[in-house]
Amino acid sequence: MKKTLTTLVLGAALAAGPALADLVFPDLSYRTGPYAAGGIPFSDGYQDYFALVNARDGGIGGVPAKVIECETGYNTEKGVECYESTKGEGALIYQPLSTGITYQLIPKVTADGIPLHTMGYGRTSAANGKVFSNVFNYPANYWDGASVAINYLLSENGGSLDGKTITLLYHNSAYGKEPIRTLEDLSKKHGFTLTTIAVDHPGQEQKSQWLQIRRERPDYVVMWGWGVMNQVAVQEAANIRFPMENFIGNWWAGAEHDVTPAGMAANGYKSLNMNRIGDLPVFADIKKYVHEAGNAAGDGSNVGSVLYTRGMYAAVLAVEAAKTAQEMHGTPNITAAMMRDGMEALEMTDAKMDALGVAGIGPEFSVSCENHGGSGMAIVQQWDAAAKVWKPLTDYLESDAEVIAPLVLEDSAAFAAENNIAERCN
Amino acid sequence: MFYREAGDFKTSYGSDSQTFPIKFDRMRYYVVLVVAFGVVPFIINDYWANAVFVPFLIYAIAAIGLNILTGYCGQLSLGTGGFMAVGAYACYKLMTAFPEVSIVIHVLLAGGVTAGVGVLFGLPSLRIKGFYLAVATLAAQFFLVWLFNKVPWFYNNSASGQISAPERTVFGVEVTGANTDAWAKYMICLVFLVVLAWVARNLTRGTVGRSWMAIRDMDIAAEIIGVNPLKAKLTAFAVSSFFVGVAGALFFSVYLGAVEVGEAFGINKSFLVLFMIILGGLGSIFGSLAGAAFLVLLPVLLKNVLVGGLGWPTDLAAHLELMIVGALIIVFLIAEPHGMAQLWRIAKEKLRLWPFPH
Repeated sequence: MKKTLTTLVLGAALAAGPALADLVFPDLSYRTGPYAAGGIPFSDGYQDYFALVNARDGGIGGVPAKVIECETGYNTEKGVECYESTKGEGALIYQPLSTGITYQLIPKVTADGIPLHTMGYGRTSAANGKVFSNVFNYPANYWDGASVAINYLLSENGGSLDGKTITLLYHNSAYGKEPIRTLEDLSKKHGFTLTTIAVDHPGQEQKSQWLQIRRERPDYVVMWGWGVMNQVAVQEAANIRFPMENFIGNWWAGAEHDVTPAGMAANGYKSLNMNRIGDLPVFADIKKYVHEAGNAAGDGSNVGSVLYTRGMYAAVLAVEAAKTAQEMHGTPNITAAMMRDGMEALEMTDAKMDALGVAGIGPEFSVSCENHGGSGMAIVQQWDAAAKVWKPLTDYLESDAEVIAPLVLEDSAAFAAENNIAERCN
Repeated sequence: MFYREAGDFKTSYGSDSQTFPIKFDRMRYYVVLVVAFGVVPFIINDYWANAVFVPFLIYAIAAIGLNILTGYCGQLSLGTGGFMAVGAYACYKLMTAFPEVSIVIHVLLAGGVTAGVGVLFGLPSLRIKGFYLAVATLAAQFFLVWLFNKVPWFYNNSASGQISAPERTVFGVEVTGANTDAWAKYMICLVFLVVLAWVARNLTRGTVGRSWMAIRDMDIAAEIIGVNPLKAKLTAFAVSSFFVGVAGALFFSVYLGAVEVGEAFGINKSFLVLFMIILGGLGSIFGSLAGAAFLVLLPVLLKNVLVGGLGWPTDLAAHLELMIVGALIIVFLIAEPHGMAQLWRIAKEKLRLWPFPH
């Protein structure tokens, strides 16, 4: 039995041989399981943009981009399998959309010399390029997100949160635990009381957590949720009649599918966002060149949604980094190491985004050897249940670098000491 | 024809009671060992190691461990994931607290710690049986996962609650960390599996194993003929947890390198290992290996055939994979409730008569 299976697996692996000469962008997606609601639109956006670049521009610098999709199911073991099965095909960049898989991949990509882009997720201290040579988390990270949320609340309360209570409702995993340290420091600085409530994977059951919130009556609830947990939380908040405008999700808890199940009750729910949404000119191009040609990823119904836009934004950043790498090294056929250099020299300006048809999708930022984290800015948006749209409430808000920078240094120094990494960029 | 006892004379008690009494079987066993130690390490690459061999070897250790408890001693356990977590976290704490001590010793000590925890949670088995014991071990599963999530000491106060394995070497060769070669990962797991499987085989056919099986078959009768149920049950829990703990330690340090307790050691893991021994065959070492191979290889094989070979969409393939694995489990349970080990046994019986079955 075992031998036959082994032979079969070997045969199958050999049959799926690599096709060279394309620029390979693996898409470690998840279209199944409790996190699929978020994984599908993100992956659709990611793939559609590469399809657009191929169809409209003939590839990146004349070389076609090839996306290899691999289903991870948000599961780290499958994520490792996906990484190993795609890295041999000349993968230029990995974007796993999972903090758990990111932690697995950080040492692996560093050893294999492939860049890892964890946009607004993953290990926050990877923003310190001196320690993390191959990991990038621009344009913003979790600690920026936590800080932006608190800054927004500060502005709502006339600059003082003294005596307020804020509850963090978080996914009980590496992802959800990331903001706790920052929020603790911020609570000391601004004098608010922080309580944390964990929700276990997958988050379908939150009755006891919301009972606790009802009992403690915090002034604000900040949520670090993902997947099915978001919809359940919004529904439960509505059930206990928690004022929606005091309920703020992070940027992974602010998509259409998170709020629509609760109907009108979700009206007024707020969330962060690291990219603006709206009717960008690039969507028309995607419809024309990709969808009408019958090459849409998935069922093609997600164009313009929050996570579709973010997935597309991730692809935009990858393509721009690849272009930068091609210019730097003077060859259209870049390798993973060249791609890494391109990411480190990436500069996103308003003029560039305008030209790409994605005006204002993100803040202006530039990456450097020391700073892999971008500008760390985010907007706050609010759900309008009647019109079924997210309305931006603010422009890009700054995070509190005074609190975050020392935390990043501390955490990355601990990682460097644990793994004997010498600082770069000196 | 060539697979038979005839002409294979035994002249000592030792050779009469060996594991593979038939010469052909014995040769096959040596060939497998030679291939595993002498051929595979030279041809293995990262994909084969990380996607196929290392998970298979580690799950095989866990399956042998659970098989000792459930298959040999008859105590149903749903706490495997929790016990693997104990092994992983014990290994992490030891690795970071005593970096100069060899990882092999840490893995074994992690197994020892798990054995202690296993005995603790095995105590209720003296009073309760069957489904009720399953529920008690289920409580262990949830309690242990909660504990490792809740107490920051276990993950050295890291911001995310993840534990990650630093680089460690055996005889100067890296076996944990990102720069580990595929063959080194494979070899360390293989050595652990071969040694532990050998230990398990010899334990189960000695006094201890016989007392476990007596308890499994009828505990009251066993007690009457002089088997001490306290000793038998608790040793089964201890040995089983030791195996599972070693598997958990390797799973974390060699295979994944970074784990998060709820995701890596959740209830799914307990069921997965339980399915392995049910499919492979309860009360059989070979069954543990076959079950682990089946449940590790099948999803990888299906994925490669459906997505890589036929070019189907990944989500469709993932859903089909669940259905096919589920259907196969049901088919197996109906067609051969004693698992793959029984199929193997029948095949051997037929081979002895072949080619003249009458």
